[in-house]
Amino acid sequence: MSEAPSYLSPTGHEIVFLLLGVVVVGTGLLVVTTRQVVHAALWLVVCLGALAGCYLVLTAEFVAWVQVLIYVGAVVVLLLFGIMLTRAPIGRSPDLDSRNRPVAAVVALATAAVLVTVVVDGFRHAYVDLSPGKGTAEEVGVAVFRYWVLPFEALSVLLLAALVGAIVISRTDIRGR
Amino acid sequence: MHIVYPVVVSALLFSIGVYGVLARRNTILVLMSVELMLNAVNLNLIAFDVWLGDRLHGGQVLTLFVIVIAAAELGLGLAIVLAVFRNRRTVDLDSLRDLAEPGPDCDAAGPDRGVAGPAPAPGPRRGTGQEGAAT
Amino acid sequence: MMVMVACAVLLPFLGAVGGLLGPRAVRFAARRAAWRAVRFAAWFAVVPTAVAAILAGVAAVRVLRGGTGGTAVAGTLTVVETGSLPVAVGLEVTRLSALTGVLVTVVALAVQVYSVGYMRDDRRYPSYSAFISLFTSAMLLVVYAADLIVLYVGWEIMGLCSYLLIGHWWEDRANSRAAVKAFLVTRLGDVGFLFGIFVLAVGAGSFRIDDVVTKYPAMSTTVLTVGTLLLLVGVAGKSAQAPLHTWLPDAMAGPTPISALIHAATMVAAGIFIVARLFPLFLAAPTTLAVLAIMAALGMLGAALAALAQDDLKRVLAYSTISQLAFMAGALAARDDDAAIFHLFTHGAFKALLFLCAGLIIHRAATNLMSGMGGLRRAMPITFATTTIGFAALMGLPPASGFFSKDAALAAMGAAPGAAPGTAPGAVPSAVPSAVPGAVGWILYGTALATVAVTGAYATRAWLRTFFGEPRAQTGDHAREGPASMLWPVILLAVPALLLGFAVPAAPHWGTAALSVALALLGAGAVYATWRGAPDADPARLLGPLRRACEQAFYVDTAYNALFVRPVRWLAHAVVRADDTVVDGAVRGSGRTARGLSGVLRLAQNGNAQIYVSGLVAGLLIIVVGAVVLG
Repeated sequence: MSEAPSYLSPTGHEIVFLLLGVVVVGTGLLVVTTRQVVHAALWLVVCLGALAGCYLVLTAEFVAWVQVLIYVGAVVVLLLFGIMLTRAPIGRSPDLDSRNRPVAAVVALATAAVLVTVVVDGFRHAYVDLSPGKGTAEEVGVAVFRYWVLPFEALSVLLLAALVGAIVISRTDIRGR
Repeated sequence: MHIVYPVVVSALLFSIGVYGVLARRNTILVLMSVELMLNAVNLNLIAFDVWLGDRLHGGQVLTLFVIVIAAAELGLGLAIVLAVFRNRRTVDLDSLRDLAEPGPDCDAAGPDRGVAGPAPAPGPRRGTGQEGAAT
Repeated sequence: MMVMVACAVLLPFLGAVGGLLGPRAVRFAARRAAWRAVRFAAWFAVVPTAVAAILAGVAAVRVLRGGTGGTAVAGTLTVVETGSLPVAVGLEVTRLSALTGVLVTVVALAVQVYSVGYMRDDRRYPSYSAFISLFTSAMLLVVYAADLIVLYVGWEIMGLCSYLLIGHWWEDRANSRAAVKAFLVTRLGDVGFLFGIFVLAVGAGSFRIDDVVTKYPAMSTTVLTVGTLLLLVGVAGKSAQAPLHTWLPDAMAGPTPISALIHAATMVAAGIFIVARLFPLFLAAPTTLAVLAIMAALGMLGAALAALAQDDLKRVLAYSTISQLAFMAGALAARDDDAAIFHLFTHGAFKALLFLCAGLIIHRAATNLMSGMGGLRRAMPITFATTTIGFAALMGLPPASGFFSKDAALAAMGAAPGAAPGTAPGAVPSAVPSAVPGAVGWILYGTALATVAVTGAYATRAWLRTFFGEPRAQTGDHAREGPASMLWPVILLAVPALLLGFAVPAAPHWGTAALSVALALLGAGAVYATWRGAPDADPARLLGPLRRACEQAFYVDTAYNALFVRPVRWLAHAVVRADDTVVDGAVRGSGRTARGLSGVLRLAQNGNAQIYVSGLVAGLLIIVVGAVVLG
């Protein structure tokens, strides 16, 4: 990797990725700092969508579509339902942050510092030439059903268990013995 | 493409998630922050999968699995939040304190109460009025 | 011979064991069980002592007949290897120890028989008599020991028995205090004694008394002086000499027979006995002799004056004992051990007699105080006669035994100041400067003469106050002679008290004899004159302004109280307080601190899951940083 290009002459991929990354981080910050609960969910949509773009840039197209489908489609809708069901205030609410906030800021900053330092230190010279086709549905499907069948099936059982659990927990007419 | 870019973005996103988990009061917002952290991990997985050129596509497959697990976790989490909301009429994390030793009266009871002594019988919990609606 | 002596030592010991265990082992019928137990114990007490007395007597006769002094019969049971100097468990009978053994056993026998009557109603008679037996055994061990360590064993057991017996009526707080005081004071002396033994034994290379006595020329003067001075501390403790004498008057709290046994005839004699036993060593250490002389001079006159002012009959006798013991010490300081031992014997006889008589009087008069007695002459004629003999001997009036022994001691002290080095009795090796320094000798002699006069005065005073004058308060009616078991020992003791003086063939020194008799009569006459003037008043007023000081024994006790007792008490309180606040406080404080700190920790345990997770993540970060930096 010694022939890795300089950071000062970014390729088009990198520029696009960096822009998407800025969007991801920025909207992520908005998610955790906004004063409105619903806005947080919507910023989350943007954030996760931008992340899907990142996956696309990184040639993982199937994962990107799954991301859009499940996260942006299902998860966020689920969250919005949760927000509504818990009667969260629509509009600005001043007390969305707990008193733990300074501690949280310190810990988060420290986490960021440590992680970024370590990561930059470790992968300064890592470089990859992106070639499309590595993350198509075909490729990933072959991988899943040829090599990862067993975890896949186990995961389906997990999903079923979560489904049953969620129903049991949230329904009021089922009581413990 | 420099691997540092996605990895740094992922690290920052993860830290943002940590901040959200620690600082947000609304439980649903905390769940969102957890999603942010999970996605940071996903980005990491994708980046390294591409970098290493894994023939088994372990990174991408694992990302799919994480997405599935995240969906399941979110479903369960929301169910729990709803149950709590039904019982307590609130989803504020800092008012859910049943983990604590019961009541500040314990501190005021003076030094005669053994340090390692058994905790007294739990007093009436907050929101007992809604106990009838418990699962 | 050795078997006999060993039996004499062991028999009272077995008697003690039997007396302690026997009454418990044998079940008596419930009716009159206590009285039967007493009788049972009395057999255990009297018979072994009597046998021991006979054995000691036979041994003494054999030794005295066997040679003209100096011959010793020794036997060793076993030698205990200690790593450095071996300890020989053995006995030895010299002329001195044979005679002392007789004295001890006879007095002990008299006391045992007397106690049967005196302690008839005492519930704890069995243990009491057993302790007397144990004491007798221990004293015999001291007397017959051939080894300094064996001697020390007996010496310590005696101290223990003394403590137990003084505190016999421990229900009274004062009695147990007196017992503790006696124990502590004698123990103080014993420490010096033990170290003295070590110094001398190391110097001589052996614990055997024979070796120590014969090898002293090889020791340096320093070793001799230090060793004998340390021994002297023990002697002062046991024999109640000047600085450590304060326990003896208080020891009168014990039953009267105990006072007779321990504090007149035997235990206090042990100190004098030791000095006499190791006399060659003392002769070779003139500094020690000078110290002894000063101690004796202080003790004899001070105690005699104190005796003159006491109202308690037994305390009079106690101070008189201190005074007479100092007299013996003076004779020893004047290098005449024969005179000292002679006086020890006669004193043992007449002082035991006096104490037993005092016991009779107290038994009948129901009080210790002479101001509550008087006029007992008619009610108790036998006691009167025996007591008179005892006082006469104490004053040194002829023909009582005290006359001869006191005369011998006085003559020795009178000769001391003028004696040239090397010519003093005792045949000291000429290399060592020998005589007591002149000035000290003169002081000693002068004090001794003064003491003779004061002795006459206080003896006369006690005699007059007890037996003459009008019967005072509530005593006259039922005052009569005591029971036979108490009278017989008294009568038997009166015989040696009267006649022991003739047993020693040496002729009295007529000059000093006349002087001492004259002085004693002078003192007696002064008291008599005062008493005649006002029979009801205490002749102690003769002392004038000194009386108060004398009554308080020159405030020695007060001084000790201020100098030692109170600081020690204060220290003890401080220790208690320190223990309470510092040691316990540390324990309690650590508990409280832990509790407080846990309270601080508990602040974090407020149930807020976010804070928990914050801590979790922070800790994880620290671990990661550590792993990155260190790894």
